[in-house]
Amino acid sequence: MIRAQVLVCGGTGCTSSGSSKIQAAFQENIKAFGLENEVKLVQTGCFGLCALGPVVIVYPDGTFYSRVTPEDVKEIVEEHLLKGRVVERLVYADTGAEEIVEKASVSLNDTAFYKSQKRIVLRNCGVIDPDNIEEYIAMDGYQALGKVLTEMTPEEVIKVVSDSGLRGRGGGGFPTGRKWALTAPNKADQKYVVCNADEGDPGAFMDRSILEGDPHALIEAMIICGYAIGATKGYVYVRAEYPIAVNRLQHAIDQAKEYGLLGKNIFNSGFDFDLEIRLGAGAFVCGEETALMTSIEGNRGEPRPRPPYPAVKGLYGKPTVENNVETFANIPQIILNGVEWFTSMGTERSKGTKVFALGGKIEHTGLVEIPMGTTLREIIYDIGGGIPNGKKFKAAQTGGPSGGCIPASLIDTEVDYDNLVSIGCMMGSGGLIVMDEDTCMVDMAKFFLEFTVDESCGKCTPCRVGTKRLLELLNKITDGNGTLEDIDRLEELCNYIKANSLCGLGQTAPNPVLATLNFFRDEYIAHVVDKKCPAGVCKNLLSFNIDQDKCIGCGKCAKNCPVDAIHKTDYVAPGHKLPSYEIDTAKCIKCGACMAGCKFGAISKI
Amino acid sequence: MKSLAELQAIKNKMKDKVVLREGSGDVRVVVGMATCGIAAGARPVLNAFVEEVNASGLNQKVTVSQTGCVGLCQYEPIVEIYEAGKEKVTYVKMTPEKAKTVVEKHLKNGEIVSEFTPANV
Repeated sequence: MIRAQVLVCGGTGCTSSGSSKIQAAFQENIKAFGLENEVKLVQTGCFGLCALGPVVIVYPDGTFYSRVTPEDVKEIVEEHLLKGRVVERLVYADTGAEEIVEKASVSLNDTAFYKSQKRIVLRNCGVIDPDNIEEYIAMDGYQALGKVLTEMTPEEVIKVVSDSGLRGRGGGGFPTGRKWALTAPNKADQKYVVCNADEGDPGAFMDRSILEGDPHALIEAMIICGYAIGATKGYVYVRAEYPIAVNRLQHAIDQAKEYGLLGKNIFNSGFDFDLEIRLGAGAFVCGEETALMTSIEGNRGEPRPRPPYPAVKGLYGKPTVENNVETFANIPQIILNGVEWFTSMGTERSKGTKVFALGGKIEHTGLVEIPMGTTLREIIYDIGGGIPNGKKFKAAQTGGPSGGCIPASLIDTEVDYDNLVSIGCMMGSGGLIVMDEDTCMVDMAKFFLEFTVDESCGKCTPCRVGTKRLLELLNKITDGNGTLEDIDRLEELCNYIKANSLCGLGQTAPNPVLATLNFFRDEYIAHVVDKKCPAGVCKNLLSFNIDQDKCIGCGKCAKNCPVDAIHKTDYVAPGHKLPSYEIDTAKCIKCGACMAGCKFGAISKI
Repeated sequence: MKSLAELQAIKNKMKDKVVLREGSGDVRVVVGMATCGIAAGARPVLNAFVEEVNASGLNQKVTVSQTGCVGLCQYEPIVEIYEAGKEKVTYVKMTPEKAKTVVEKHLKNGEIVSEFTPANV
C-alpha cells in the first residue's frame, strides 16, 4: 500500500537542471531501501518555482525540497522516507524548516510564492502525472466534456463562455465567446478548431508548461469548442523546439483516443472529434493566426490579409476557431464551476486569472498565475521576491517584441488588458521581464528590434524594410552618432510601420521603441546629446577611467586587460609606494575586466 | 468513453491514489520512525495504519505520515494522533494488531483506546 508519494518536476526548467537524473536516483534508492511497495515516484509538470529547481515534493507531508542534486537523493530516501526525518538543509527556506519540524507538514500554499496566486489554468501542473490520463480524470478531468455532451446544447456552451467574459490569453484579448459565436452559425461541410501553441515571445513559457504539465486540459477544451461550433477536426500547432511538450501532448492524444474521449461518438452523444499535432519550425510570425493556418496547410508561414476572418474562411478556407493554449485551459473549469465563479475573479473587463512567466532581474524566476487586477508591485515584490542584489526596479517589459514596458513610476498599475493598453503597453502572452537600474532602455528596444528584423517574414514592405531602418536608427543612437532629429524620425517611422503593416507582427513591432520613447525619452536624449549611456551598457558611449590617487599600483588591471590597453605611469600618488596605472582609451574595448578585478575601487565607468 | 458513469468509475478508482497530494486531512496519524522506532517494529505498524485507513475508506479524512524520534525510546513504536481542535493522543508499544484496533475504535468511532496510552502500558 502506498503511504508516500515523491513528486519530481519534469518541466523543461527542472529537466534542464537535471531532474531526470534525480528521478533515476530516486528509483534506485527507493528500491535499495526496499520501499517500492510503500513509496510511489511521480513525474509531474512545472511547479512554477523554476529558479529553485530541480524541485521535489514529498507527500503526504508536502515537504518542498529545492535545488536537489542526485547526491542528495539517498539522504532524502533514507532520512525522510525511511525514518521520517525531514532533510532540513534542502527544504525551501520560505516554508521554514522550523515550521516543518513543528507541524510536520507544511502546505506549499502557505509560502509567499504561492499564497497570492490563484491557480486555475495551472491547477494540475506539478500535481498530476501528465502521462497518466487517469490522474487527470481523478482531478475532475473530462467531467466538463461529459456535462457539455450529455446535458448542454452548443448554444448553451457558447453562452457560458461568452458570459464568463474570458478573453484571448495569447495577447490580443479578443473575447473568446464572441469568437466562437461568430464561427458557429457559418455553414460548411467541415469546420476546424485550432490551438495556437506556437509560443514565440522571448521569455514566455506558460503554454509550454501547460502542455507539459496538463495536456489533457487542452484536449478536453478543444473537444468542447468543436462541439460548440460544429467542428469535428482539431489541430494543435506547436513548435518543434518544445520536444517534451510535443511528446507529452502526443501521448495524451493517444491515451484520449484509447479511452474513447477522442474519436467517434464520444459519450454516446453522436459527436465525433479528432485531434492532430502540427509541428512548427519556430518562425515567430507563425504565432500570427493567419500565418499559422497557412503553415498548417503546408505552405510557407506567411500571414494573409483579413478580412475574411478565420471565423468565415480560416484553415483550408473553412470556418475556424483559433485560440491559444492558456485560453483553452480555462474552458473546462468555466464549464464545471460556472460563470459566477469565473467572473468573481479579476476586474470589470478582464475576468479570471493570467499566467505570467517571470524572468530577468527577479529573485523567483518562474511561472505564476494571479487574478487579473493584481498590481505589478505584488507580482514583483510579494510573489517574485523582489530584485536581486539590492538593485532598484526600473521597468517591467510585457508582451515581448510586440509589447511595451511599465516604468517604476507605474508599479501600482493593476494588471489587466485595458489598463496595460491605456499606458501604451499590452498584456501579450504573459512574458514579464523585470529590469533593474543596470538596464539601458535604448539597448532593450534594440534587442527586441533585432528579434523582429530577424523574424519578419518579408511579405510586406513596411515591416520588412521599416523594422530594418528602425534598427539602423537605434544602432546609430547607441553608437553615439545619433541626433535629436533621429529621435523624431524614429517616432515617425514607428507610427508608419504600425499603421501600414499587414499583420500583427509588423503592427506591433515598433511598440518596444514607442514605449521606451514614451517613458524613457531622457535616456534617448542622453545618448544623442550628452553621448552618454546612463545605465552604462552601450559600449561606444562608455569610457573606463583609473583614479590616479586611489590607484595603489598593484598592476592587477593591467594583467586582466585582454588587449594590453593599461600601462604604468610615472605618477606616484601621495601615500602610495608604486606608480599608478592609466587606460589607453583608444585601445580599450570596454570589456570591464579591469574594473571587475580592482579591489580598491579605483576604476570607474563613465 | 460511452457514459458519465464510466468516467466516474475511473475517477473513484484514482481518487485514492492522488488524495495524498491534497495536503493533510483533518486527522493526522504520525508514526515515530527513528532508529529506535524502526528497531522496535515501527514499519509494520506504519504499513498497517496505511492499509487499514485505506481499507476502511478513511483516506480522505486521515493522513498517515511519519516523524523522527519522539524521545520516549523505550515505548516505541509510538503513534501520535493529531486532530484539529483536540488534544494529541499518544499510543505506545504499538503492533500491527493494535493499529487495527486504533483505526477501528479511534479513527472510525472517535473512542480513545486508553489501554494503549502511556498511562496504562
